[in-house]
Amino acid sequence: MSARRGGRPLPALAAACVVLGFTQAAPAAEIPSAERRSGYEFMSRETRAMQDDDATNPAVLWLLDGEALWNRKDGAAGRACADCHGNARASMKGAAARHPAWDAAAGRPVNLEQRINACRAGRQQAAPLAYESRDLLALTAYVARQSRGMPVDIAIDKRTKPFLDAGRDTFMRRQGQLNLACTQCHDELWGRKLAGSTIPQAHPTGYPLYRLEWQGLGSLQRRLRNCLTGMRAEPYPFGAPEFVDLELYLMWRARGMKMESPAVRP
Amino acid sequence: MEGPCPTPAAAVLVAALAVMPSGMVRGDTAAGAYAVVGDAVPAPLTAAPGDPARGRAIVLNRQVGLCLLCHSGPFPEERFQGELAPDLRGVGARLSEGQIRLRIVEPGRLNAATIMPAYFRTGGLTRVAPAFRGKTVLTAGQIEDIVAFLATLKD
Ligand code: HEC
Ligand code: HEC
Repeated sequence: MSARRGGRPLPALAAACVVLGFTQAAPAAEIPSAERRSGYEFMSRETRAMQDDDATNPAVLWLLDGEALWNRKDGAAGRACADCHGNARASMKGAAARHPAWDAAAGRPVNLEQRINACRAGRQQAAPLAYESRDLLALTAYVARQSRGMPVDIAIDKRTKPFLDAGRDTFMRRQGQLNLACTQCHDELWGRKLAGSTIPQAHPTGYPLYRLEWQGLGSLQRRLRNCLTGMRAEPYPFGAPEFVDLELYLMWRARGMKMESPAVRP
Repeated sequence: MEGPCPTPAAAVLVAALAVMPSGMVRGDTAAGAYAVVGDAVPAPLTAAPGDPARGRAIVLNRQVGLCLLCHSGPFPEERFQGELAPDLRGVGARLSEGQIRLRIVEPGRLNAATIMPAYFRTGGLTRVAPAFRGKTVLTAGQIEDIVAFLATLKD
């Protein structure tokens, strides 16, 4: 980023809103596509270099595990992912860029982790992998890797629209003891410093990713829990519908941006 | 005086309410009531006066005051100050103690869209984490300490 500061001056719309105690932040306009920036662009040169080079990107260790899991027979059915899907490099191309996606059995959109666990339950007859477990992160990262460089492509139709709207409402809603909304930081104040951290635009294009602060790989929902905790709000449980709806909104908000999983963040 | 007429004390109160300056509202949180007059809360929240040295420590503490997440100020020893809010340098010259107090207690009254948290509020919040439920961000005493400290930032 150059010297350009956040999307806009501090919210001045306020004067018009005389209602006290409302929980909806003044709706900020969506970031125009020409101004959309991945969190990558707010990072130091060293951290960017770490992400760019497979020899230094620590997430590559998880990719190797993920590839092994992809080919390993598992569950009562004794089948591997590869037995149904073949070579992930071909069959999984674009999968992460399309998720969360509609799932007929669930009757709602599911994210990539849930999609993987649905295959485990239904096709492999294996126990689901726990959220944030090394195996689930590794498989998810391996599948997401096959979308690297592809544009986020979220299809919104009559079925998914209500879930998108619910996710947007969560993004706009003030929450927690500090009474902040995601939109206030990520639509209005991106590019500016919250203490030592530059506020990014909150695009989900790099997950699961290696975060230096975590010293490990983590999912998008883990990141969202960090922001909610910072707001002193009660985080949703991993896999909660509210989180998947929020993921759907974030992906839709980043439509057209390039996937970069597994990324690196400070 | 008999019958439905108000008692003298009540009558005085009613009369007083009728002539209240137009900007005066009673702010109210479960934590306690405070009177807002214009853009200030003129009366301290505690009987004991605030302590500027304690106030400084709270302002600098990123887990307690949180101020430097958003604000910067005349604190050369502090790295990584925020740039989302006005610099606190000179705030004691720009604002009276009462004005500072309102801006900490309930900044939303001046700017409904503000990102600055209301430090003396428990009501009307959504999904507050269990550890913080029913609690104000700071206590009345901590707020008075901060007001006393910020009032010393004259230039
Ligand atoms: C007070 C400011 C603030 C609020 C409110 C906030 N965030 Fe964040 N968010 C940040 C900062 C700062 C970072 C970057 C942290 C870092 O790099 O260490 C971040 C990072 C993120 C990222 C990671 C982006 C990337 O490039 O990997 C996502 C996604 C995100 N936030 C979503 C949200 C959502 C959704 C909400 C509301 C539930 C929210 N944030 C609320 C400040 C905020
Ligand atoms: C999440 C961000 C945030 C935090 C945390 C925060 N503030 Fe603020 N503060 C602001 C913003 C933004 C303004 C500008 C006015 C507005 O938007 O309401 C402001 C305005 C003020 C003002 C008025 C300044 C002036 O010159 O008019 C004072 C005084 C103040 N804050 C003190 C504090 C103190 C003391 C703390 C900590 C106990 C604190 N703030 C914490 C964001 C914040």
